Amino acid sequence: MAKSEIRSPLPGVFYRRPSPEEKNYKEVGDDVKAGDVVGLVEVMKTYTEVKSDADGKLTAFLAEDEDAIMPGQVIAELES
Amino acid sequence: MGITKLLIANRGEIAVRIIRAAKEMGIRTVQVHSAADAGSLAVEMADEAIEIGPPPASKSYLNIAAILDAARQSGADGIHPGYGFLAENADFADAVEAAGIAFVGPTGDMIRAMGDKASARRAAQKAGVPTVPGSDGVIGDLAEAARSADEIGFPVMIKATAGGGGRGIRVAENARDFANLAPQAAAEAKSAFGDGGLYLEKLIARARHIEVQILGDGTNFVHCFERECSLQRRRQKVWEEAPSMALTDAQRADLCMSAVALAQAVKYRGAGTVEYLYDDETGAFYFIEMNTRIQVEHPVTECVTGLDLVAEMIAIAGGKPLSVRQEDIQLRGHAIEVRINAEDPANNFAPFPGIVDGFRAPGGPGVRFDHMLYDGYQIPPFYDSLLGKLIVTADDRPAAITRLKRAVGELRTGGLKTTAPLFLALAEDADVQAGNYHTKWLEPWLAEHAGTFSDEEGT
Repeated sequence: MAKSEIRSPLPGVFYRRPSPEEKNYKEVGDDVKAGDVVGLVEVMKTYTEVKSDADGKLTAFLAEDEDAIMPGQVIAELES
Repeated sequence: MGITKLLIANRGEIAVRIIRAAKEMGIRTVQVHSAADAGSLAVEMADEAIEIGPPPASKSYLNIAAILDAARQSGADGIHPGYGFLAENADFADAVEAAGIAFVGPTGDMIRAMGDKASARRAAQKAGVPTVPGSDGVIGDLAEAARSADEIGFPVMIKATAGGGGRGIRVAENARDFANLAPQAAAEAKSAFGDGGLYLEKLIARARHIEVQILGDGTNFVHCFERECSLQRRRQKVWEEAPSMALTDAQRADLCMSAVALAQAVKYRGAGTVEYLYDDETGAFYFIEMNTRIQVEHPVTECVTGLDLVAEMIAIAGGKPLSVRQEDIQLRGHAIEVRINAEDPANNFAPFPGIVDGFRAPGGPGVRFDHMLYDGYQIPPFYDSLLGKLIVTADDRPAAITRLKRAVGELRTGGLKTTAPLFLALAEDADVQAGNYHTKWLEPWLAEHAGTFSDEEGT
């Protein structure tokens, strides 16, 4: 089982869902494919999708919804 | 009577602007701030500073309870909401007044009436102000909305009743577009403003955006002439000026007096802006909305009238009558404001939350720079990208454009990428120099000129 990390490329506010009324993009235990969106980062009112680079199973979120994050910060962990 | 200690429930350049007005009025200032803004210029300048929450605005600048706690703790007897955040939140205005504190703005009920675009439209119609053809009021279910869109005729704009500043607007070119966009617009409005109400408006393809500044104390009402803000990108203003070069004196008088009529009809209190679309070809103007707060671009009006709009609204909130009569307000010269944003115009205006390194402010005759910058400042990524507004004033418009080029050329922000190069390019453009544009002019121009904005600062 290889572990990999999904990092935010940007500083800003992290969101796990596309809008407050919608469901989270992913939950712990979900299967993730490379290119899947796992969250959004809001930088100065501009929203950028955070995508997984790898296939695997999501094992943990290290950032909570609406957390302030720094570039390179680990958002989630995968096992493949 | 009058406010003695003012809490600023905002951040950035407008917080700095409000502190300056308060200081000149002998009013003490309390700056509330998020954890990310502890090192901000406004915090540095205010008499007191109180941290109200973590960086995301939803947990700090939008946290009504935390702001009221800070007001009680500091003994503030007035709160200025600035623009954005809680500035047009009627419940906030009510909560402030209920706490025995003066809200620098109109009453909650006035914000509800004018801030809700559909009811503002009805108020304008009642006051005899022309409005854009559209749905009369909030549209109900999506089927009713589609019928209404058909009647108005495509293209149709879908707007959030609780929106403003260009947010929550979508354009449907045809019925199929409409079926896709209307549910999205409702969801976005619900999430952004907590109110999913929508209304429809006919899209006027080639229009100028012209707005009238008004002041009222609930008894007397004046206009402070107009601003033209037709240069917009993604419906955000980037360049604003006063007066508009498109109006004759007779048209200017009609437009400005219609704004006063609206202010009078609703017994407005505070500073407000009545926004219009102006059709160059017919000379017709149509009310679009009224903003019940100070606007980002208020300095161009101050520069051509000599008024201090922020001081005026603080005085009104403290119970003082308007300090000026209509005949005292004279238009002199021409002012242009450009928005210096932390965005890279050479890279599709990508946000650039960098560090200011080697800051130099423009100066000299006819130059005003309202900003939040200092050397070494790390621009936080959590808020909008506006760093400051560079405003130039001269005897006439050509002289103002020449002065703008000179002033933009003096600005240095070092490692930070900003929209400054865009304004040098615009100032050289023949259409801009001729004032020959409309609200849809800038985006195609940007597409055509993409990649031509130098990010090299001169020496």
